[in-house]
Amino acid sequence: MSNAATLPGTVPAAANRHLAGRFIVYAAVLAIGLALAFAPFLFPDVRAQEVAARICVFIVLVASYDLLIGYTGIVSFAHTMFFGLGAYGAAIALKAMGPGFDAILFGGALGIVATVILAALIGLLSLRVKAIFFAMVTLAAASVMMVLASQLSAITGGEDGMTFTIPRLFSPAQALVTGEDGKALRLFGVALNGRVAHYYFVFIISLILFLIMLRIVASPLGTVLEAIRENEMRAEAIGYRVVAYRTAIFCIAAVIAACAGILRAVWLKYTGPDVVLSFDIMLDILLMVVIGGMGTMWGAVIGVAIMTLAQYYLKDVMAAGTAATADIPFLPDLLNPDRWLLWLGLVFILLVYFFPAGIAGTLMGKGGHK
Amino acid sequence: MMKTLSAKFERFGGVMLLPVILALIALVLIGRPSTWVTLTVAGLAMGMMIFLMASGLSLIFGLMDVLNFGHSAFVSFGAFIAASVLAWFGVWVSGGNAILNIAALMAAIAAATAFGALAGWAFEHVIVKPVYKDHLRQILITMGALIVADELILMIWGGAPIPVPRPAVLTGSIVIGDVSIEIYRIFAFALGLCVYIAMHFALNRTRIGLLIRAGVENREMVEALGFRIDRLFIAVFMAGSALAAMGGAMWAGYQSLITTAIGAEMMILVFIVVIIGGLGSVEGSLLGAILVGLMANYVAFLFPKMSLASNMILMMAILLWRPFGLKPAVKG
Repeated sequence: MSNAATLPGTVPAAANRHLAGRFIVYAAVLAIGLALAFAPFLFPDVRAQEVAARICVFIVLVASYDLLIGYTGIVSFAHTMFFGLGAYGAAIALKAMGPGFDAILFGGALGIVATVILAALIGLLSLRVKAIFFAMVTLAAASVMMVLASQLSAITGGEDGMTFTIPRLFSPAQALVTGEDGKALRLFGVALNGRVAHYYFVFIISLILFLIMLRIVASPLGTVLEAIRENEMRAEAIGYRVVAYRTAIFCIAAVIAACAGILRAVWLKYTGPDVVLSFDIMLDILLMVVIGGMGTMWGAVIGVAIMTLAQYYLKDVMAAGTAATADIPFLPDLLNPDRWLLWLGLVFILLVYFFPAGIAGTLMGKGGHK
Repeated sequence: MMKTLSAKFERFGGVMLLPVILALIALVLIGRPSTWVTLTVAGLAMGMMIFLMASGLSLIFGLMDVLNFGHSAFVSFGAFIAASVLAWFGVWVSGGNAILNIAALMAAIAAATAFGALAGWAFEHVIVKPVYKDHLRQILITMGALIVADELILMIWGGAPIPVPRPAVLTGSIVIGDVSIEIYRIFAFALGLCVYIAMHFALNRTRIGLLIRAGVENREMVEALGFRIDRLFIAVFMAGSALAAMGGAMWAGYQSLITTAIGAEMMILVFIVVIIGGLGSVEGSLLGAILVGLMANYVAFLFPKMSLASNMILMMAILLWRPFGLKPAVKG
């Protein structure tokens, strides 16, 4: 509890170093933010767009998870469950009501209501006991949700998931600003069509959600949460109802995750167990939050950017490595692109050992955890 | 009224009655006694296999406050090693000679168990030891280890499902009247029961068992009296991992076709069992495992789609009633 002083970050002599570190973190976040803000113009190809949109959504998802694990010290494995509830809510409504913003709003609202009810139930039921207990309960709940999603195939499309159409505004054929020739106007060589609107829909809502979370952690509520993380007993003794606060933040984080799920569904035009509910997604979230740094919102941004870029582009590098080492026994197996999770797992273990505060936390000398 | 009822409930065995009550309700719902017997035996066998996997986890937690999220890696490794050993014995397994059959099976289970113990020792030293008393990092680091272990299994055995040959002597079923019972299930139940009895004896009748129970109750006190709980803990960790691997080996034989998902599938059931039973208690794990096994089989027959959800609901209900599980050995 009191060994925060042993973290490399909190030694006063290192204050200058952390000023520089802080600067690096802010610069990195700013760079990522600018790159995302102008992604359709900077990286016009389809795959890069996909990467950028995924980074946007996951920043929201991971930052909301960081509210739990980093700020409050709650370990939940049910975050994908809420992500999935949002995504399936939007998907089912879009499928049933046809493409329209009313469907997104209505389905999203239903998903969020379900999320709040479920989160409050789980929270009140099991947040009063040990952290580890809670982790197990959420893990069990999440896996049951996954089984339900794949078994209730009449509603959810089962294992295959469901594809649906999204509002016409987002289709590439839709011109936002018509030029003189009757086609979509081009800006920096990029046609201002529905694809751009589609991306900015995701980006702007992600940005708003992220700003809301920044506000939450800077508010008195955020301070209470950190107090609970540092010393639960003392927080309770001062007069804060620990269970109430924990349940509240669990619900807030769940709702934000559900919003991220809606965005993901609208972006992908598809929802299935693999892309929103699977345990792999949960592992991704965990890895991102730990790599970036628990207990800082900026850590989420950095972690997501690094992990997502690695996921999309490192596999190519590994494939090249496999080809290059094809003659050597065993090594190609290790470098096989499918094995990248192995390396990630090892990196993850080493990070938890040596840099529990993650990249941002280590650089800024804060956050993380006791 | 409620008070006398609960007093009566306690006198007749308290929470130990729950499986019986569950079985009776199922009998009414199912209606046909022969089906009911088959399902009950299947449930008991499944429960015993889950018990093997769960008891170690529960004890490890009770003794050292360490929750190993990588526990299921031992289950998967046990299953795959057993499958490989059985496949290697070839004709010993499929042939009609009962002694060779049993020898091959025992070799497979022993190989899995031995691997579990050794891997448990390594796991404890490399992964768990640096993060004692830090729950958050424990969860994260054992999770990381689970990822690595799963990937290693994928690398060694590949992603395709692997058939597990079942010894000839354990195939088929016994028919009594119109009730048919698979022999493998009886074997699984018997093995689980033997392990439980051995554990019960070791914990309640030996000096080491006394120390383990005392350590679960109050670790600091036992340490203050001059006993090295950490050494004891390594032994418990190894035993728990070995049991998980043994459970995995048994489960592999039961499934007769295993995929790399086996660990994750069992992990959920194991967690539910440990939560229902109460952390740190072997009796609790047995009770929880049998409840979960019975529930899974009854519900799979009555409402096929509800199978896993039913256990979740069971867990929720029990948590509402007893927030620390049915028979907790550690409080809070």
